[in-house]
Amino acid sequence: MAPDKKLRISVDPNKCQGHNRCYQIAPGLFRLDDLGNAREIGDGSVPKSMEDKAWLAKANCPEMAIDIVEE
Amino acid sequence: MSKHPPVVDWTTDFDHTDPRWTENPFPIWDDLRQKCPVAHSNRFQGVYLPTSYEAVSAIAHDTEHFSSRRVVVRDDRPEPPIPSPPITSDPPHHWPAKLMLLPYFTLAAVKKLEAKTRGLCNELIDRFIADKRCDVATQYSRHIPVRVIAFLLGLPEGDSAQFIDWIHQILEVGIKNDAVLMRAVGEMSRYFGAKIELRKKQPGDDLITALMQARQEGAPLPSEHILGTLRLLLIAGIDTTWSAIGASLWHLARTPTDRKRLLAEPGLMPTAVEEFLRAYSPVTMARQVMKETAVCGVPVKPGNMVLLSFPAANRDPAVFPDADKVVLDRANNRHAAFGLGIHRCVGSNLARMELTVAIEEWLKRIPEFRLDPSSPVKWSEGTVRGPRQLPVLLG
Repeated sequence: MAPDKKLRISVDPNKCQGHNRCYQIAPGLFRLDDLGNAREIGDGSVPKSMEDKAWLAKANCPEMAIDIVEE
Repeated sequence: MSKHPPVVDWTTDFDHTDPRWTENPFPIWDDLRQKCPVAHSNRFQGVYLPTSYEAVSAIAHDTEHFSSRRVVVRDDRPEPPIPSPPITSDPPHHWPAKLMLLPYFTLAAVKKLEAKTRGLCNELIDRFIADKRCDVATQYSRHIPVRVIAFLLGLPEGDSAQFIDWIHQILEVGIKNDAVLMRAVGEMSRYFGAKIELRKKQPGDDLITALMQARQEGAPLPSEHILGTLRLLLIAGIDTTWSAIGASLWHLARTPTDRKRLLAEPGLMPTAVEEFLRAYSPVTMARQVMKETAVCGVPVKPGNMVLLSFPAANRDPAVFPDADKVVLDRANNRHAAFGLGIHRCVGSNLARMELTVAIEEWLKRIPEFRLDPSSPVKWSEGTVRGPRQLPVLLG
């Protein structure tokens, strides 16, 4: 990954089933609604210091509901 | 009631009630995964067994061809099946039935039960710690989920022994004996029916009352729906977590290196808990094939059941390197212990909290323990796998 690239995460609400794995790994990147389903916080921009957590959250989602784009 | 002959060929005649499966199913699944990732047996009136993660995931996500109307593979298939919404519901009925339960099981809701659970674990440990020995299954692990779910439902903790009897009759004996299963379901329904009558006069601050007050399209839920959901919450809330706590402590009792590592590095608990859930997933579900299709190239025909083995999927080396090893700091672990797709366990946050707290409090009080060589470990049979007898020596 080039140093100038930024990560942006998104949760596909049609795939998320509320396992909450992403939130437990990276509560700074994901929020939960009243039913326990996850969405990315804000526009999904990942601070440099949390990039590892973003990749971990994606790797641990049982529904493969998390997408990460490098932009 | 039928007695099943021993399995000779697992690839064509598997049986999840065979004593070898009960004792140690992992080599059976590993062998099947290599030879035929979707096996078939003529037992139980016809049943498939997917053992690869890919096949299990495909079936769990396919509600068009696979129905949840039956979630246990049994000898008998009485019509109509006994409804326990939402676990036995298919779309479009599934979502409204699940929706009303979800707020009670969010992380935030479960967090409020944590202090009570810690206190309960310590109360249990107080009773046996001076004996220098205990049966983890009967004196510790089973009492934790049973008390927490009794609290959530507003039921007397003193009824716990009755709950455990019903669960054994429904999930174990009931696989081969329909009369026992139906009697237990009837008893549970009468028990909950009486609780509902009490709450008509005096509503409580509990899930029974919440279900009675729930409205679907403006109307109260049919009493069959409420009774079915209550039976489900009681059954699913107890046996499963009891098994996960027991299996995790079984692992730590026989694996001193992991026990010492967890004591030295308590920060590993979150990944360790997910790893215990992966390696010793308690719950195998079922589906009924409704329409002909293919799974991983294998034709699958209506009239058969599917034994949906999340535990086997979680041991698939294609997804989990060193799948047969317990790795406390496994970083990439998208295990399916709580199911996949729309039927993700509604109580997963509760189970995870109970499992974490039960291990933490045990290790704080009892850092040294080992299996008692003079007494065997016994595992449950069939649908939910966990130790039902787990004698250990303390200190």
